[in-house]
Amino acid sequence: MRFGNIVSAGMFAAALALPLAGQAMAQDEKDMQFYPVNAYWTGPYAAGGSAFGGGMIDYMKMLNERDGGINGVKFFWEKCETQYKNDRIVECYERMKNRGAGMPLFHPMSTGGTYAIFERAWKDKIPVLTIGYGRTDASDGRVFPYLFPMMTNYWSQNTAKIKFIGMREGGMDKLKGVKIANIHHDSAYGKETIPILDEQAKLYGFEVKHYPVAHPGLDQKAIWLQVGRQFKPDWVILRGWGVMNPTALKEAQRIGFPREKMVGVWWSGAEEDTVPAGGAAEGYIAAGFHPSGTDFPVIQDIIKHVYDKDNGELPRERLGSIYYNRAIVWAIVSTEAIRDAMAMFGNRPVIGAEVQQALEQFQMTDERIKSLGAENLMPAFSVTCQDHEGGAAVKFQQWKDGKWVEITDWIETDDGLVRPMVEKSAAAYSKEKGTAMRDCASVS
Amino acid sequence: MIYREAGQFKTSYAADQAVFPINQDRWFIYGFLFVAVAVVPLVASEYMLHTVLIPFLILAVAAMGLNILLGYCGQISLGTAGFMAVGAFAAYKIAIAFPDLPILINFIIAGLIAAAIGTVFGLPSLRIKGFYLAVTTIGAHFLIEWVITHFGWFTNYSSSGVITAPAIAVLGIPIETPEARYVFTIAIVIVLAITMKNLVRSEIGRAWMAIRDMDVAAEVIGIHPLRTKLLAFAISSFYCGISGALFVFIYLGTVEPQGFDITRAFEVLFMVIIGGLGSVMGSFFGAAFIVMFPILITNVAGLFGSIVPAEVLSNLELIVFGSLIIFFLIVEPAGLARLWSIGKEKLRLWPFPY
Repeated sequence: MRFGNIVSAGMFAAALALPLAGQAMAQDEKDMQFYPVNAYWTGPYAAGGSAFGGGMIDYMKMLNERDGGINGVKFFWEKCETQYKNDRIVECYERMKNRGAGMPLFHPMSTGGTYAIFERAWKDKIPVLTIGYGRTDASDGRVFPYLFPMMTNYWSQNTAKIKFIGMREGGMDKLKGVKIANIHHDSAYGKETIPILDEQAKLYGFEVKHYPVAHPGLDQKAIWLQVGRQFKPDWVILRGWGVMNPTALKEAQRIGFPREKMVGVWWSGAEEDTVPAGGAAEGYIAAGFHPSGTDFPVIQDIIKHVYDKDNGELPRERLGSIYYNRAIVWAIVSTEAIRDAMAMFGNRPVIGAEVQQALEQFQMTDERIKSLGAENLMPAFSVTCQDHEGGAAVKFQQWKDGKWVEITDWIETDDGLVRPMVEKSAAAYSKEKGTAMRDCASVS
Repeated sequence: MIYREAGQFKTSYAADQAVFPINQDRWFIYGFLFVAVAVVPLVASEYMLHTVLIPFLILAVAAMGLNILLGYCGQISLGTAGFMAVGAFAAYKIAIAFPDLPILINFIIAGLIAAAIGTVFGLPSLRIKGFYLAVTTIGAHFLIEWVITHFGWFTNYSSSGVITAPAIAVLGIPIETPEARYVFTIAIVIVLAITMKNLVRSEIGRAWMAIRDMDVAAEVIGIHPLRTKLLAFAISSFYCGISGALFVFIYLGTVEPQGFDITRAFEVLFMVIIGGLGSVMGSFFGAAFIVMFPILITNVAGLFGSIVPAEVLSNLELIVFGSLIIFFLIVEPAGLARLWSIGKEKLRLWPFPY
């Protein structure tokens, strides 16, 4: 028993020493720009999480190496493991928010985590960037000043998806009577598009049915039986995440549903989703806001400055994968927002409130994308105080012979449909919480 | 030596039956509580309060709840997370419907709702025992989760099924800063812990233990099994419900039904087993172990972050944590609370412990 006592005493001492150790390190980091990297290297979603974390760090390493950071301010970062759990995301946020000069922005890397974190971040004046995920109605910047669901939110993406299905059916008027099954992850993320689908079903006259799949989604036999035997849809929208996706593809093959009629969201359209499904993935279509591949100057620079010096975060073969390129897009948007903030406030490490101001006039034009070496890697968009989304377009890609192949050009989303719904939902939030709505005319 | 008990005479029954009969113990606890309530909020960092101490206290409440049921009454339940969810969503709905209702009353009502649901799911315990009961309570968990997920009313028709707790205030003081949240939580925890300690020392607690140790014999000596078991389910669920409500209102501020998934139930079960079955103190030890340890491991490991890559560290956390659970269960199967009481006995006999 004595040993047990010694062990517990030692652990108690370690717990007390903890806050001290953290402070000692913070000294020489004052002149560098801090960037929090929280991702998930363990758990059922690690396939995505490791690429997100690694890719962002690779990009910053490249900036530090090639340009000496931004305007001479080098980046430093801290990795934090969230396991895709909301309470761990809160823990990471709290742990990192005072590093260096302060946290400039935060990527929750999870829709549920976005909900858990954004009010806290709002109070701390730290912008939360949820690029391609997160709370859709936060696109209304008047109600959510510190939340940026940038590029394309879930609802906009969904309108592009219905447009794509319409194109395949031969026109939006042909959608009448078409049956669409929405097979979604039963979580905040998965349920986010149900209202917009119902709305569009009314508008275009198609029939939609929602099938929730419980986390983590390894058993979908019963659901696919219902889909295949009872509902018999023309199209399936797969709104999966992690291991749920390859399972769904295999089940679709088992019941003989054509994969060419399955459209995944961009969390269901990576190599990690299709490769494990083997042949069952052939022909499967997914949305994306960026293509895969390494044929972009920016990624070549990462290879030259980081991987050729054996300094990379990931195995070389993961470069150019969908998740990796997504991380690069995120890193580009985040670091460019920091660059804009420096242009406004001086070449020094910037803090959250400054980045928030830069983000509200953030312009990602085609010229800027080209000068960053990311031409064709990402669509142009611009954020305002009103519109925290930016209205980027969506591409569709198909899995053919072990590769994602682009099958459409950039498809514009339907802002006219989404925006009123966003405003309505945001206004409901504002009313429930009693928060004031900003007047954007005076801000910009 | 350390416990000099000479001269401590008990002159009344009340003194003899005190929760802490030894003076040193009592002073230690008073001192400890003083530090926890008055000193900790002043010195602890926001990070420490918000991400370590508050979740620890909240989950300790859930662990106390399960300990009543499992540790004292011997009824295995895996519905803890489900009952927490009931408390959380009930408190949310009440707060939305009656914004002017004092938050403490809201929590009590939410706890009572959880208790009512818990009682209903406790009914099978009269006929089923052991692992079979565990299975029915898992059923309860999934049923609750399903109902909350699939009826929009519970989440106020939020499109993503996530609820956000409104701001709260007690007696006009807003519970907003981490310090205020911490003090609010610890006040509730102290009240609940004292209640539980006295409950288990009372007739009710003795009836629970009789049922736990041998239910047939308990029935023979006149303990009503139905009433006793259901009371255990009700009080246990009340504690879980309060814990769930605190989880939403104090800790995360928002929650989706998946926040109370089956892993949470297992987590609380491990707290009770590692901390010590049938011990109030054990609930706290267990919660501290499960909540603080992973964070401690990552923080300590983070100091060596430049040597070992984070992705290795994050797996290491799981490995170390798992090994420690096994280690403690081998060293002391009766839990950390038993280690604590052995330590105390030895100190009383110091310098000649045996």
